[in-house]
Amino acid sequence: MHSIELPSYREQSEQVRQRFERLKQRPVRLEVQALSKDFETPHGVITALKDISFQTHKREFVCVIGASGCGKSTLIRLLAGLETPSRGRVLLDGEQVIGPGPDRGMVFQGYTLFPWRTVKKNVMFGLEMAGRGRMPAEEEAMQWIELVGLTKFADSYPHQLSGGMKQRVAIARALANQPRILLMDEPFGALDAQTRAKMQAYLMEIWKNIDITILFITHDLDEAVYLADRILVLKAHPGEVQELIEVPVPQPRSPQQFLSPEFLATKKRLEELIHPPQEEDANGDHLNMVRMVSVNDDVESVL
Amino acid sequence: MQWFAVRKQLRARPRLVLGILSFVLPVLLWSLVSYVPWLWHPKVEITATGDVSYFKSGMLIDREVFVKEEAKIAEAGGTLPQGRPANPIYLPAPHQVAQAFYTAFTTEPKRRNEKWLHESLWSSIQVIFWGFLLSSLFGVPLGILAGTYDLFSRLTEPFVEFFRYLPAPAFGALAVAILGIYQAPKIAIIFIGTFFQQVLIIANTTRKLDASLLEAAQTLGAKNLALLFRVVVPGILPDLYKDMRILLGWAWTYLIVAELIGTSSGITWFITQQARYKNFDNVFAAIMMIGIIGLTIDILLAWLGRNLFPWQRVAARS
Repeated sequence: MHSIELPSYREQSEQVRQRFERLKQRPVRLEVQALSKDFETPHGVITALKDISFQTHKREFVCVIGASGCGKSTLIRLLAGLETPSRGRVLLDGEQVIGPGPDRGMVFQGYTLFPWRTVKKNVMFGLEMAGRGRMPAEEEAMQWIELVGLTKFADSYPHQLSGGMKQRVAIARALANQPRILLMDEPFGALDAQTRAKMQAYLMEIWKNIDITILFITHDLDEAVYLADRILVLKAHPGEVQELIEVPVPQPRSPQQFLSPEFLATKKRLEELIHPPQEEDANGDHLNMVRMVSVNDDVESVL
Repeated sequence: MQWFAVRKQLRARPRLVLGILSFVLPVLLWSLVSYVPWLWHPKVEITATGDVSYFKSGMLIDREVFVKEEAKIAEAGGTLPQGRPANPIYLPAPHQVAQAFYTAFTTEPKRRNEKWLHESLWSSIQVIFWGFLLSSLFGVPLGILAGTYDLFSRLTEPFVEFFRYLPAPAFGALAVAILGIYQAPKIAIIFIGTFFQQVLIIANTTRKLDASLLEAAQTLGAKNLALLFRVVVPGILPDLYKDMRILLGWAWTYLIVAELIGTSSGITWFITQQARYKNFDNVFAAIMMIGIIGLTIDILLAWLGRNLFPWQRVAARS
């Protein structure tokens, strides 16, 4: 099947190489040091994450990808401070993270908008918590709402919005706090394919225009390659860093690049890492078609 | 139209008609039993005594007795008593009860220190109001705290769980000993009947709040009290409101027992008094009034709730 010759995903054009060089000279925003997380269950201790270490530089876009159960969500919850690490630590601009805080904005897959607040009030929430006055908070919120193109819906309640619009509100709400890093936990996972593509474009646009570091969790390989500067690939059971890939696709990104050789090469590599070729049916996890009989077989099979 | 579609709503018209029927059918049954002479009617109302010495005009007599006496007189060759089929006195006909709805209010009390019906009703409403208010004043905050913090949950819920199995009327004698014989012990019974359920139900409602909303709020900088008052409370408000409506209904069911404690009062006093005078039309009217007041309050609260929480009107248009 593999009739197309692809370059190695490690091959970078001069332009891309220089960009990564500049990127690595930027100050480190997030540093994760030997982070581990154990969960105690009735069946004993389960290690969800083991010795995770990586760095994110200022204004970098890092995607985390991995098979289901590799602890992606646990990782982002640790970074947000919603879980406490069993070992290791998380540094944000050199300071250790303890507990959740507004310096790390988070966008969840399930929108998590406050249903009793209008769009404007949702975006104002963080500003209110920061002790901002009503009028300045409202003004600032409206600017963020404008940024995500929802000015017309400022006084709507979340249940009146579509999934994509809800997620744009959630992004505006997180950005309004001007966090040092934006953590996104499969934010577009619940959206249909078309809306998702649109949202990816929106996010790229926002990221290009404001100074924000993004850590983005996904299980969609295209999404990861399209969005990320670098991709952190996790391995399951226990969750460990498998590889940190520098995406050789030049910036700025556009949907036309989906079929470029660099893009496909990176995707192929991710494919290999996440779905390694397995020994046939080691655990009997396959469809058993032996006993199938044809029912009302009006036309012959063309296979 | 599909009358038996599983878990599908019927159209608006038939739903309304069925809702009205749910009231019409029992009334219709009652009317049949009351107005069709050959349905039930186990008694005979004497219209002419004839030669039976102990019969009096207007007296209600068991049908078997009447037939036996009739046969005796016929054998002796005297004047036969006359009568028409009647229901027992405790089952008045619908029109009598309908009339009682008006006359119960206009009938002067038999003794001077007794109360008019509207005074009795007002007294009952006050007992419910104060009992429910006091219970809510403590029960709602405690329920929310228990649902939010494990500390409060563990500190209160095991005991509350035990206490709620103790029937409220069991505290009647104690309430009278401590609080006297007038309104206070009655309010206490409503309180005991409501409070413990209230704590548990509201704690549960609070726990059902989507935890990810709390996490989102934390990543937006909300802490401690802000989490409680800006996220938990507004988040559960619509469900809390629904709980309160249900709990208020329960409070009403404790009313009759509560009012029997100490000196009987309110609508309960009216009902027992009228039953003593055998004015069963008044008894039925009074019982129905409790239902009507309860249902009216609930419908008002439901309507108010729809306007209080506009974000709850979830895509009803679709």
